[in-house]
Amino acid sequence: MDLLTWSDIIIQIVLRLGPVWVALVILFLVSFRFKRSLGLYGKLFDSTIGMIGFAIVMFWVFAGFFAGALDWITTHDPLAQFSGMKNKVPGTPLRGAEDGDFSHFLLGGDHLARDVFSRMIAGSTIVIIIAPMATLFAFMVGITLGVPAGYYGGRLDTTISFIANLILAFPVILLFYLLVTPEIRLTGLPQYMAVVLFLFPLIFFTVLVNSRFHIVPTKRNALLGIGLAVLGILYISLINEAGSKISFLSSIDLFDVDAGLLTVFVSVVFVNAPTVFRIVRGLTMDIKTRDYVAAAQTRGEGAWYIMLWEILPNARGPLIVDFCLRIGYTTILLGTLGFFGLGLAPEDPNWGATINDGRKLLSIYPHPALVPSIALLSLVLGLNLLADGLREESLKD
Amino acid sequence: MALFILRRIAIMLFTSLCLTFVVFFLTNLYPNLEKMAKTQGNFRMNDEAVLSFLENRGYLLPLPVKYGEWLGVYPGYVIEGSDGEIRGRCFKSDQIPSEAPRYCGILQGYWGYSTRFKSDVWGIVTTRLGLTGILMFWVMALMVPSALIIGILAGMREGSRTDRSLSTFSIVTTATPEYVSGVILIAVFASSAFGLKWFKGTATAAMDNPNLENFFLPVVTIAIYGMGYIARMTRASMAEVMTAQYIRTARLKGVSFPNIVLKHALRNALIAPFTVIMLQFPWLLNGVVIVETLFNYKGFGWALVQAAGNNDIELLLGVSVVSVFVVLVTQLISDIGYVYLNPRISVT
Amino acid sequence: MSKISYDGPILEIDQLSISFFTRLREIPAVMDFSVVVQPGEAVGLVGESGCGKSTVALGVMQDLGVNGHIVGGKIKFKGQDLGKMSAEQLRDIRGNEIAMIYQEPMASLNPAMKVGKQLIEVPIIHEGVSEKEALRRAKEVLIDVKLPDPERILQSYPHQLSGGQQQRIVIAMALMSKPSLLILDEPTTALDVTVEAAVVDLVKDLGKKYGTSMLFISHNLGLILETCDQICVMYSGEAVETGSISDVFDKMQHPYTQALFRSIPLPGADKNSRPLVAIPGNFPLPHERPSGCNFGPRCNYFKDGLCNTQAIPMNKIKGFERHFSRCSRIDEIDWDTPISNSSQFESLPPGDVVLKIDNLKKYYEVAANALFGSSGTYKTVKANETLSFEARESETLAIVGESGCGKSTFAKVLMGLETATDGGILLDNENIGSTPIEARDTQTVADIQMVFQNPFDTLNPSMTVGRQIVRALEVFKYGQSDDERNDRMLQLLDLVKLPRAFATRMPRQLSGGQKQRVGIARAFAGGARIVVADEPVSALDVSVQAAVTDLLMEIQRKEKTTLLFISHDLSIVRYLSDRVMVMYLGHVVELGTTDQVFSPPYHPYTEALLSAVPIADTSIEKKHIVLEGDIPSAMNPPSGCPFQTRCRWKKDVPGSLCETEVPPIKTLDGGHQIKCHLVKSKLEKMEPVIKIAAE
Repeated sequence: MDLLTWSDIIIQIVLRLGPVWVALVILFLVSFRFKRSLGLYGKLFDSTIGMIGFAIVMFWVFAGFFAGALDWITTHDPLAQFSGMKNKVPGTPLRGAEDGDFSHFLLGGDHLARDVFSRMIAGSTIVIIIAPMATLFAFMVGITLGVPAGYYGGRLDTTISFIANLILAFPVILLFYLLVTPEIRLTGLPQYMAVVLFLFPLIFFTVLVNSRFHIVPTKRNALLGIGLAVLGILYISLINEAGSKISFLSSIDLFDVDAGLLTVFVSVVFVNAPTVFRIVRGLTMDIKTRDYVAAAQTRGEGAWYIMLWEILPNARGPLIVDFCLRIGYTTILLGTLGFFGLGLAPEDPNWGATINDGRKLLSIYPHPALVPSIALLSLVLGLNLLADGLREESLKD
Repeated sequence: MALFILRRIAIMLFTSLCLTFVVFFLTNLYPNLEKMAKTQGNFRMNDEAVLSFLENRGYLLPLPVKYGEWLGVYPGYVIEGSDGEIRGRCFKSDQIPSEAPRYCGILQGYWGYSTRFKSDVWGIVTTRLGLTGILMFWVMALMVPSALIIGILAGMREGSRTDRSLSTFSIVTTATPEYVSGVILIAVFASSAFGLKWFKGTATAAMDNPNLENFFLPVVTIAIYGMGYIARMTRASMAEVMTAQYIRTARLKGVSFPNIVLKHALRNALIAPFTVIMLQFPWLLNGVVIVETLFNYKGFGWALVQAAGNNDIELLLGVSVVSVFVVLVTQLISDIGYVYLNPRISVT
Repeated sequence: MSKISYDGPILEIDQLSISFFTRLREIPAVMDFSVVVQPGEAVGLVGESGCGKSTVALGVMQDLGVNGHIVGGKIKFKGQDLGKMSAEQLRDIRGNEIAMIYQEPMASLNPAMKVGKQLIEVPIIHEGVSEKEALRRAKEVLIDVKLPDPERILQSYPHQLSGGQQQRIVIAMALMSKPSLLILDEPTTALDVTVEAAVVDLVKDLGKKYGTSMLFISHNLGLILETCDQICVMYSGEAVETGSISDVFDKMQHPYTQALFRSIPLPGADKNSRPLVAIPGNFPLPHERPSGCNFGPRCNYFKDGLCNTQAIPMNKIKGFERHFSRCSRIDEIDWDTPISNSSQFESLPPGDVVLKIDNLKKYYEVAANALFGSSGTYKTVKANETLSFEARESETLAIVGESGCGKSTFAKVLMGLETATDGGILLDNENIGSTPIEARDTQTVADIQMVFQNPFDTLNPSMTVGRQIVRALEVFKYGQSDDERNDRMLQLLDLVKLPRAFATRMPRQLSGGQKQRVGIARAFAGGARIVVADEPVSALDVSVQAAVTDLLMEIQRKEKTTLLFISHDLSIVRYLSDRVMVMYLGHVVELGTTDQVFSPPYHPYTEALLSAVPIADTSIEKKHIVLEGDIPSAMNPPSGCPFQTRCRWKKDVPGSLCETEVPPIKTLDGGHQIKCHLVKSKLEKMEPVIKIAAE
């Protein structure tokens, strides 16, 4: 078989990504059809920039999902090494391909003779799971601390702000080097941090429900009971790991999270939370001067009701925009971790690590490093464009 | 004003104490010590050997004691080891042990001994910082003016074609972390694959003799990522100022457009980005670490990676103290500068 | 750059139409608008927000932004078409021939530039004079606008000056090049009443001195009456009536003008015997204007087939010079019929004392240096100083005062958001003055409720209207089930005359007046007995104000509510209150029934306040009292009597009593209280400020 030409490669890749295109087209058609009744999301489709960003982001979400959940799209096992394919240029036919094997390495092979295309797609699966999740947790922590700090001010604010500034004054890389090492993992420190950080969604949920429904105790108890049971089980499953420092109630430990992954996750949440805290605090200080907050105060509402039901919903615009930007930033952080070989297993196909592997032979074989670089660049760019579109549309209201 | 700076310095010192203690705590966790012992001694040491190695060198003293020693408020240890040798924190190789000072810590100007480089931490930190300083200087010199110009040009006529294209450029650069732009730049400008061998893909030579060929790529790599962010801040600030009522007043006074931008808008529009630029410093450190690794430039960031990778406790502490200080000093400068730029706030 | 010499009209606007273009549609902002300004003449442009009056001003300045375009008509300045000028020519005219003054003085001055530099820029650009010469002129103009110590002011930044001083700087800047035309866009709306009076006075004098023509834009008819020769009334993008002040005020020929005058509280209006007549309906949105007459749907004289078929032109009124009206039925309507008033009410006798305030004091400790934290020095701000009064059931007590007088602080203490420093608030003989809101029981909280000032801020933007009222019901423990509360919520919407369908609307879908109604419904959710209304109508348009005021009165009659009406607007206070309390810098300076407060003897401050309020009635003669300077800061109040720095009666008090001692409260006939050192005989000699001129 022959080396594919560049146009062949592009055609093959486009074909390979077929399911993604179909999903994208369906998503856009449906969204366009109902855009007037979809609130801010619908308004996104009025902004060209926002739509481009959204399309890029959803491209990676679908690619990552189809590859991760259904094993579509990837042409070869991203971890497998194929003899004779070391550092081969894009379009190289697979040596000794059998029936059912994909016939080419579309984007070439890396220094360990693995398929660059498949590794790039597989890398997206990790990113689209961890980056939004970690950002979400960072928001939970930031909101739970930032709203009261902004609302009450005074000593509480001074204390939390000091701690937040303390974390922010730490160079991120140093923090990662200190936290995300196998040795630290042995001490169980990331798990202890997980115990604390992952508690925030539970606290958040409890306060949220209680402040609103404390007037109707039966309704509150029912909601709290069900909600906390579900969240509790998830929480226990998340922090527990057999054989580590935290392992109890193993009967309800539903799933295990890879220790390296958990460490990465915790560190990223830890680094992001102070910034979210600062944003939320600022927004709260602004919104608390509004008359509807005063109106709630004069009818004797509790402080938490005012914070979570009067203030927070009205801060959502800037928070959604920042959420998109922050997913992008988290993606970059994950890449940084991978680049320095921190956290995940060395053979893992995450983009950062792949870039790092590829850079050693960069001046001779640029493709193994360039492909994940461009992938990461495009995802972050998409998120930034999306945030920009959302910001513009939310300001128009 | 003096009182304000004094207060700030007090907070800074307190912050540094907290942060160094955290670093101290993390690096002194037992698995880290064990790893360090094994890299120092040999990798086949058994648990007992590790224990006695650490004990003989004062690593197993209580944490507050060790921290006190490092600060110089607690006398340095003197331990007669299980191998019979007497070791002390303050002993130097060419000194008689009895003449060694009792205290040796930060307060005495002693920053410790690097186990990785087998040399004084202070010396390492200063030379490496000097090298990084040169890099940072050129980054700033390239990044700040171009970012401000881009931001002002884009923000002064919001929604124009210039604005659209410059804004898109800024967004693209903020989406390009150093390890991505570095890789792309090297691949395009320094690799044989594209054939444009304009610059060098390594900056090792730049440590002695920085020139355009070996220093351009690392500087551009760092500058690009930060540039977009500052430019976007400047643009937002400029665009907001341009819609302000007093700009309309100036326009309806008959002031020409260039004068409106230069005399009326600029100073007001620079208040917000100034803070951002100053806060950029600590964040540049990230970029420095990545770029120094990528281009093999042995500066401060490279030292950090080396120290962290080998659990070189005292070097790591030295590095953190310096970086934390950089962060806090820039915060202080940014606050003072903010007051200076913004006449609405007076310190008195 | 020399001025154009021309002896025709200064400004001729001929059938001007301006539209704004959005992605979806063209929105006409001004349609078929014509006005002429003669040399030395002041023309008032009056209308409600959104009627296009500011757009006209910006159109004259040719500064409509990227979306705005002149789509028809001509604007001629001294005979030259402004629309045909190059950017260069326009720049020569702006600031030199035409100058503009805006609403927010703080916003229109560059915060990072010294005042002097902003002033000298004008002659340097337009006349190319030297900096020294420009500075000399700046000083001259500063003296003209009566600013003390011009040297210091030239070296100050805008934020170092008070609001009144800033507006004088803006005026000075406009006058630097002695323009032929001055456009004033709501120049005093952001200022306190007494400061406004001084600024208006200044503008009038300077206009005469410099011979400048003026285009004065305002929503306040009283202000236009005081400043202008000609008036143009605008409604929904069109001029509906133009003419001389006396023609339009006394012989109006357009239903909108008539309705407008009937809906503002002029002296003589009374909530019981002669209530205001609100204009029904709402101001149409620019893209939802009706065909034919824009005012048609709200007009009492509307005639189907005549008023809604075609665009209506401006018609000249017979027998008048320069008096036009945009109405098809001018000749058919009898303009002299008195207001047909079906609704007259019995005045309610006040009931038992519900609320008693006893020597209430509220002091704040404020760090002297706000930005860089406490350097150890604290200042005490005395926000409320020994307040004592009673309020009875079904009574309206007005609390009047300008900014910093302590009325909002009092509201906060009453509501329990702050606690009193000393003294007591007795609700049904129970002291709640030192009980914060968290410690009050549900009934007490529900009893005292508040209506807020800003309609755009009073409702939570992310909750439906119904949900917000239901929440109040839940908190006040009304009813047993969600259904019961829902029913009650719908009843409350009926009470404030909103359609029940509004329950599922979001606040952004409501107009300002509708939002304010929801705010009122929410306040009455727990059956409030005392309602504090903090300037509830001051942010609303004139035509909506009357409707909301009437609604409050109606609910009060029904529910026997005690209404504490906080306001700075004496016209509306006179209209609806039974008793009035005047506050100045934390002190109650006068307290009495409405008649007592509005007729002599006055406290000197009340006297000045009454004189300062513009009244839109040509038959009123007002005594002219202008207060010097600004209201002192509450952080740094004067010694002795709080008002002594601005009092014109101070010379009548012997010795330095005013500077050294806070005056005692004097009780005159009928329980009328005045806090002043003036002896009784002097007080009795005071003349009424407002007189209705003999016809």
